[in-house]
Amino acid sequence: MSKRELSRRGVLKTGALGGAGLALPTIFTASSAAAFTNEPTGGTVTLGFNVPQTGPYADEGADELRAYQLAVEHLNGGGDGGMMNTFSSKTLQGNGILGKKVEFVTGDTQTKSDAARASAKSMIEKDGAVMITGGSSSGVAIAVQGLCQEAGVIFMAGLTHSNDTTGKDKKANGFRHFFNGFMSGAALAPVLKNLYGTDRTAYHLTADYTWGWTQEESIAAATEALGWNTINKVRTPLAATDFSSYIAPVLNSGADVLVLNHYGGNMVNSLTNAVQFGLRDKVVNGKNFEIVVPLYSRLMAKGAGANVKGIHGSTNWHWSLQDEGSKAFVRSFGTKYGFPPSQAAHTVYCQTLLYADAVARAGSFNPCAVAEALEGFEFDGLGNGHTLYRAEDHQCFKDVLVVRGKENPTSEFDLLEVVEVTPAAQVTYAPDHPMFAGGTLGSCNPGA
Amino acid sequence: MFGLDTKDTRSLIIVAILVVLAPFILNPFPAASAMAQFNAGYPDLMQKFVIFGIFAIGFNILFGLTGYLSFGHAAFLGVGSYSCVWMFKLLGYNVIPGILLSVVISGIFALAIGYVSLRRSGIYFSILTLAFAQMSFSLAYSVLSNPKFNLTNGETGLQVYANDPQWFHRDSLPDLPHLFGLSMRATHKLEIGAWEFQLNVGYYLCALVMLGCFYLAIRIFRSPFGLMLRAVKSNQQRMNYTGLNTRPYTLAAFVISGMYAGLAGGLLSAVDPLAGAERMQWTASGEVVLMTILGGAGTLIGPVLGAGFIKYFENIFSKINDHVLHSWFAFLPDGIEDFVVFLIHPFIGKGWHLTLGILFMLVVIFLPGGLVEGGQRIGNWVRGRKRRKSKTATKTEPAE
Repeated sequence: MSKRELSRRGVLKTGALGGAGLALPTIFTASSAAAFTNEPTGGTVTLGFNVPQTGPYADEGADELRAYQLAVEHLNGGGDGGMMNTFSSKTLQGNGILGKKVEFVTGDTQTKSDAARASAKSMIEKDGAVMITGGSSSGVAIAVQGLCQEAGVIFMAGLTHSNDTTGKDKKANGFRHFFNGFMSGAALAPVLKNLYGTDRTAYHLTADYTWGWTQEESIAAATEALGWNTINKVRTPLAATDFSSYIAPVLNSGADVLVLNHYGGNMVNSLTNAVQFGLRDKVVNGKNFEIVVPLYSRLMAKGAGANVKGIHGSTNWHWSLQDEGSKAFVRSFGTKYGFPPSQAAHTVYCQTLLYADAVARAGSFNPCAVAEALEGFEFDGLGNGHTLYRAEDHQCFKDVLVVRGKENPTSEFDLLEVVEVTPAAQVTYAPDHPMFAGGTLGSCNPGA
Repeated sequence: MFGLDTKDTRSLIIVAILVVLAPFILNPFPAASAMAQFNAGYPDLMQKFVIFGIFAIGFNILFGLTGYLSFGHAAFLGVGSYSCVWMFKLLGYNVIPGILLSVVISGIFALAIGYVSLRRSGIYFSILTLAFAQMSFSLAYSVLSNPKFNLTNGETGLQVYANDPQWFHRDSLPDLPHLFGLSMRATHKLEIGAWEFQLNVGYYLCALVMLGCFYLAIRIFRSPFGLMLRAVKSNQQRMNYTGLNTRPYTLAAFVISGMYAGLAGGLLSAVDPLAGAERMQWTASGEVVLMTILGGAGTLIGPVLGAGFIKYFENIFSKINDHVLHSWFAFLPDGIEDFVVFLIHPFIGKGWHLTLGILFMLVVIFLPGGLVEGGQRIGNWVRGRKRRKSKTATKTEPAE
């Protein structure tokens, strides 16, 4: 038996604890006065930049972060203003957003859904971020987009190319400027037809997650429509670094085209393996063996070196474009960092500007007002020509570039050349297209 | 109290006070100050503290008592998370069925894995558990997530969709995990002067569960069963020679600790309804080993401290960037400012692993008993000083 003694101190302690315990439930019922999550009340507004700083997409993440810092500088009136000068909407004054100075917090997504959500949550709960943006992987983008929908803040997706981001996983609070797997397929198919003909047998190697699956599906559908035959689709783990065991079976499969649905470090390694195995020198079915990389970026081309020469793919944007917006962006990015921006940097810079502009036009940081301002918004001057933010699925529709690894690069940045600019109309699809079906946008959530 | 002796009651009460007041203790700096960067009192991190505290307490029941080093405990955490999210998808957002199922399923999982793994001890046991965990990870990551049969949703993580059945969901209930209508996300912001404190429902639910788990762990540590487990740790062979079959005891410890991990996984999903496969990866298993060793293996409070320590670094240090550093050292002349930032740069942001690694080394080298030993040393030092003081005080009194 334990001995019980009643002391004055003990009674006071228990009383205080008990009182606090009883009071606990009541404080939860009190609602806060703010109209929406993290309403900025002071002279500043905080944006959350959530990018991969470690993991297979770390290079893209680092470049995104540079572009975000540049965008913040421009929004606050610093630097040369970059694409704010060429942007068709002129509401941004260079005095922050709605007169509030833009501040930012950064986090590391580690290219893991869990880590990315934890990082985004700390931005929302601790730092009071009113908008989250970033991500260089569709898995992460979808996970964080879901979180932002629940928490009631706007999510401006960074580099995410899966159909699902604005397809079955679309959310009312989430917006994507980047293009997607379907658009890659639609843009690449005519070019592939001209180059390689209509009688081809394709073999797919695919990164095993949402982006890989949807891109594989899109490319297979687009090429099969040309009359191509898809002989095999093999999934590879995202964390894989050596693809030789996946490349070897391709040699004897009877395929004459290898489609690499890989991105970042994955693509660098798989392409290098493929070239080492002599795939590009082979002749199968009386035709030269070809490799296609549907989603291309300069950072990847740099990593793969000479192996990318003559290989085709699609990209969202490239620094060698000669329109006013692209030139202005490349100039200010180059001045600040000493090298041209990647497509990842471009898309997140645009997203930041588009968000700021939408807030300015709506006159409020309220996610619902911002979403309304973005839905159906048509703009120009951000490097991709005339662009529409479609209201039905929050996807941007703009021209898609088909690029090729340059045979004779003149500098370490001049690795890709634009083969064709596919007009937006050719890559546009219906919002209820089967590849995008299954999800609902829901209604916007302002939180609080 | 509750069948505990005075010492254990005291530590239980201390832990209870700490977790109840955590939102205040962890936010020592005013919200607008530069030091606010180091505040940890926001719901997500506090939830992580207590949830990984549960995970580490459970791990410690196996590792601290029997000495069996499992390198696959993350598998149970992941299984718990997936079970809980599936309950959300099928039944609705009430957290109770999800948490219960996560404990049950992870218990069954632990029974199966433990039955096989516990046939070996030492390094072989560790490797077996590691193999099972990696197997579960690959299953969750790709095998069970193909478009035809999607149990885990692969890399994206399992989440609730608007077209899921959710049989018991009604419109009056929140569209987020809730406890009979009380949303896990509901947070009351208490502003006192320049300080802002966040009292969050999800956190207090986890804290309550954690206290229960802590109490249960104390009871296990002090029970005859716990004594038997300690005996296994000190000399299992001798136990076997005396004719005692230790397997049921170790298996029971393994299953209990697996259920703790499953509970932690269920709670993770309850506060954030998404279950990712990386929760099962070997790095996650290694993390709980680090937590336990860092805090002090075999002690009651150690694993909780270790869990808090690691989660703090992961979430706070990883968010300091050069921009923040520059704002801290803005008072220095330009050249020196850049130099100082350059020096600190490798240890913050993505370099948080490095900082943690250095601290881990320091702790293991100088405090083999973990943070708990550090606390004891400080306690002894303070007490020793007091004793010395009182000694000198008695000395000055003239003896008659």
